[in-house]
Amino acid sequence: MTEPTSSLSHLDLQEREKPFLDANELVINMGPQHPATHGVLRVILRLDGEKVLGLECVIGYLHRGVEKIAENRTYTMFNPYVDRMDYVAAVSNGLGYCEAVEKLLGVEAPPRAQHVRVILTELNRLTSHQLWLGTHALDIGAITPLFYTFRDREEILKIFEKYCGARLTTHAFRIGGLQYETYDGFETEVKNFLTFVAPKIDEYEELLTTNRIWVERTKGVGILSGEDCIALGVTGPVLRASGVKWDLRKAQPYANYKNFDFEIPVGQNGDTYDRYLVRMAEMRQSLRIIQQAVDALPEGPIMAKVPKVMKPPVGEVYHSIEAPKGELGYFIVSDGSTQPYRLRVRPPSFVNLQALDKMCRGQLVADVIAVIGTLDIVLGEVDR
Amino acid sequence: MLDYVKSYLTSNLTPGSAGNMFWAFVYIVVIFLGLSVAVIAMNWLERKILAHMQVRLGPMRVGPHGLLQPIADAIKLLLKEDIMPAEADGFVFWMAPLLVVLAAFTVFIVVPFGPTHAVTDMNIGVLFMLGVSSLSALGIVMAGWASNSHYPLIGALRSSAQMVSYEIAMGMAVISAVMMTSLNQQGTGTLSMIGIVQAQQAQGVWFIFKFFPLGLVAFFIFAVAMVAETNRAPFDLPEAESELTAGFHTEYSGFRWSLFFLAEYSAMIAVSSIAVTLWLGGWLRPFPNLLTTSKWDLFFSLFPGITFLFLAGMCFYSTVRMPKHPLFRIQTIGLAGFGVVLGLIGLILFIPAVRERVQDIYWFSMKVAAFMYLYIWYRGTFPRYRFDQLMKVGWKILLPMGLGVLILTAGVGLWPLIQQTIWNR
Repeated sequence: MTEPTSSLSHLDLQEREKPFLDANELVINMGPQHPATHGVLRVILRLDGEKVLGLECVIGYLHRGVEKIAENRTYTMFNPYVDRMDYVAAVSNGLGYCEAVEKLLGVEAPPRAQHVRVILTELNRLTSHQLWLGTHALDIGAITPLFYTFRDREEILKIFEKYCGARLTTHAFRIGGLQYETYDGFETEVKNFLTFVAPKIDEYEELLTTNRIWVERTKGVGILSGEDCIALGVTGPVLRASGVKWDLRKAQPYANYKNFDFEIPVGQNGDTYDRYLVRMAEMRQSLRIIQQAVDALPEGPIMAKVPKVMKPPVGEVYHSIEAPKGELGYFIVSDGSTQPYRLRVRPPSFVNLQALDKMCRGQLVADVIAVIGTLDIVLGEVDR
Repeated sequence: MLDYVKSYLTSNLTPGSAGNMFWAFVYIVVIFLGLSVAVIAMNWLERKILAHMQVRLGPMRVGPHGLLQPIADAIKLLLKEDIMPAEADGFVFWMAPLLVVLAAFTVFIVVPFGPTHAVTDMNIGVLFMLGVSSLSALGIVMAGWASNSHYPLIGALRSSAQMVSYEIAMGMAVISAVMMTSLNQQGTGTLSMIGIVQAQQAQGVWFIFKFFPLGLVAFFIFAVAMVAETNRAPFDLPEAESELTAGFHTEYSGFRWSLFFLAEYSAMIAVSSIAVTLWLGGWLRPFPNLLTTSKWDLFFSLFPGITFLFLAGMCFYSTVRMPKHPLFRIQTIGLAGFGVVLGLIGLILFIPAVRERVQDIYWFSMKVAAFMYLYIWYRGTFPRYRFDQLMKVGWKILLPMGLGVLILTAGVGLWPLIQQTIWNR
């Protein structure tokens, strides 16, 4: 027997013992340069005609060693780096990191800062979901929603830019609160945006929700049961679409989410269509949260008392938040110095990507694309 | 020579049928050039219309409103390196685009732009068109196979399966239209493209409205099948960008790729012209049987000129709205010049002698243009079908529908005869 040197080795070895020229099997290398793998994901597909027999993800093309960098930077210096992981939801990354370090330091951001954090994070959830919708629809062949979502996403990015000067990698939050006070007219601008975007979400739904082809392409595709989700550690909208009501904003309230009234949209079938519906409903819930947060924006300081040189006590902390893609957790070990001894990120995309093989087996090539889209992965976060 | 030209002008036959080789050749050249221009225009229009559907501007930089963009692209494609994969089957790789283009252009021999405006009037015109246009499936399979690469291979397999399946449904719809042509005194039908339009003229109704809703259903089947046949959205699986990068032409570049592009668009025009000929009255102007007075004739014959004047007006309007910056001077002049050219063509089209001969071509082109717009509209609206769903639509929905329409059309058409022979015995 030859050594299974190929990266396909973990796919059934006995299957590979078959004669060399098996006309029914085709091994296709999808990516890392491929229009629909959302960056540099490489998927090795084993096909029987159009049917997927199995697949393997090859990742690491965007590995930058973020976790190692953290060990060589102070807690404040590392803050901008987290934005580069899930670059379409940079604000969420920042929130998770800042709260984790705050937990380690034992400080709490003042209420006004908490409110602004919630507003920006929920706006960021909207941008993330809009980008997901556009690219997911594009993968399935509907090219128009992409431009609609990008048009509306632009309005949010403008608010970010006005607030902190950056559009994508915002670095909006600081450990202990916020660096910047909100600009003049921030509240009215956010409120105007809410009235602007609500009908736009209906517009996206109009193009897709009842579209026969869309429904046929997404219903029953990439089914993942609730048990499978929990077994694989899948979180976020993917988990909720499978009928598991688990949202960290409700389950383990962080920031001040417990003050806001919102619902957790849940699906039943755990297929691509349900995941689509769940995310669409989440966009509406985000609008609700932002509305409440802007209406009740308190006055007061925006920065808690944090030492200039941060030396957290020896110990470790795990803090996770509900990022747009799922549970984003930070595990920080402190040895009492200015730099983390070890920082580990639990990225939702990386964990969710595990489910790809399970969701795609027995489906068609076109479904692989749909499933990659519906998992909503960002390779910056997968590879870190 | 002059007599030769005159003999053509007074003839009631197409040059091919009259044995007039010189004019047949002229027609071929004119159609070839016209088609190339149409593809270029179509390219620009598709980008522009799609862009406006998608809240963006589309090409704006190369020439006024991006008018020269397709030309710039064509030059770019011609100058690009022509890459042939090392493992490719050279001859087949070379043949495939030629075959596809050949199939796409040859069908235009029988397309009737008017009662005498066709290269030839073949008595099996419809059959010829369907047959030759399905040759392009062969070219696509060859392209996919010769590339010796996975994505093109899958694309080619998808394409051949798709084309074969939809051709059957398409054939059913076509037969029901051809059967309608036999509803005359003699009871003889025709497969000639010109004959079909003349039958619609004689019966006083476009076949889309004949035996309502049978004609409409047959037309609908054809309209769906023709989108699948030309591999356009939402049936563009063979070149599904998100799945197969570019499908069967992934390995093609430069001029060879542009041949595929050219073939795709001219195939779209070709199938649209079959649809127009069979169901929408070909070159007939609207209401040829209701509004028959010479005043209406005059009114409708003014349309071509008015259209061109309208386009010229649009050009002048855009010229006025151009930014008043020295950088835009050349563009402004160019756009105004284009407007003048269009306006002059419009004025020429008002000359009675020209008017009479051109209006058939105008109405035919307008109907085909409507189909082209539909194609773009589909692309902007629909997601892509999956392969098994595509097959399901073809075999389980369109084919039974086509068969049903075929049988019902035959039944309804024969009804008077049945009544005479059985009832009144």
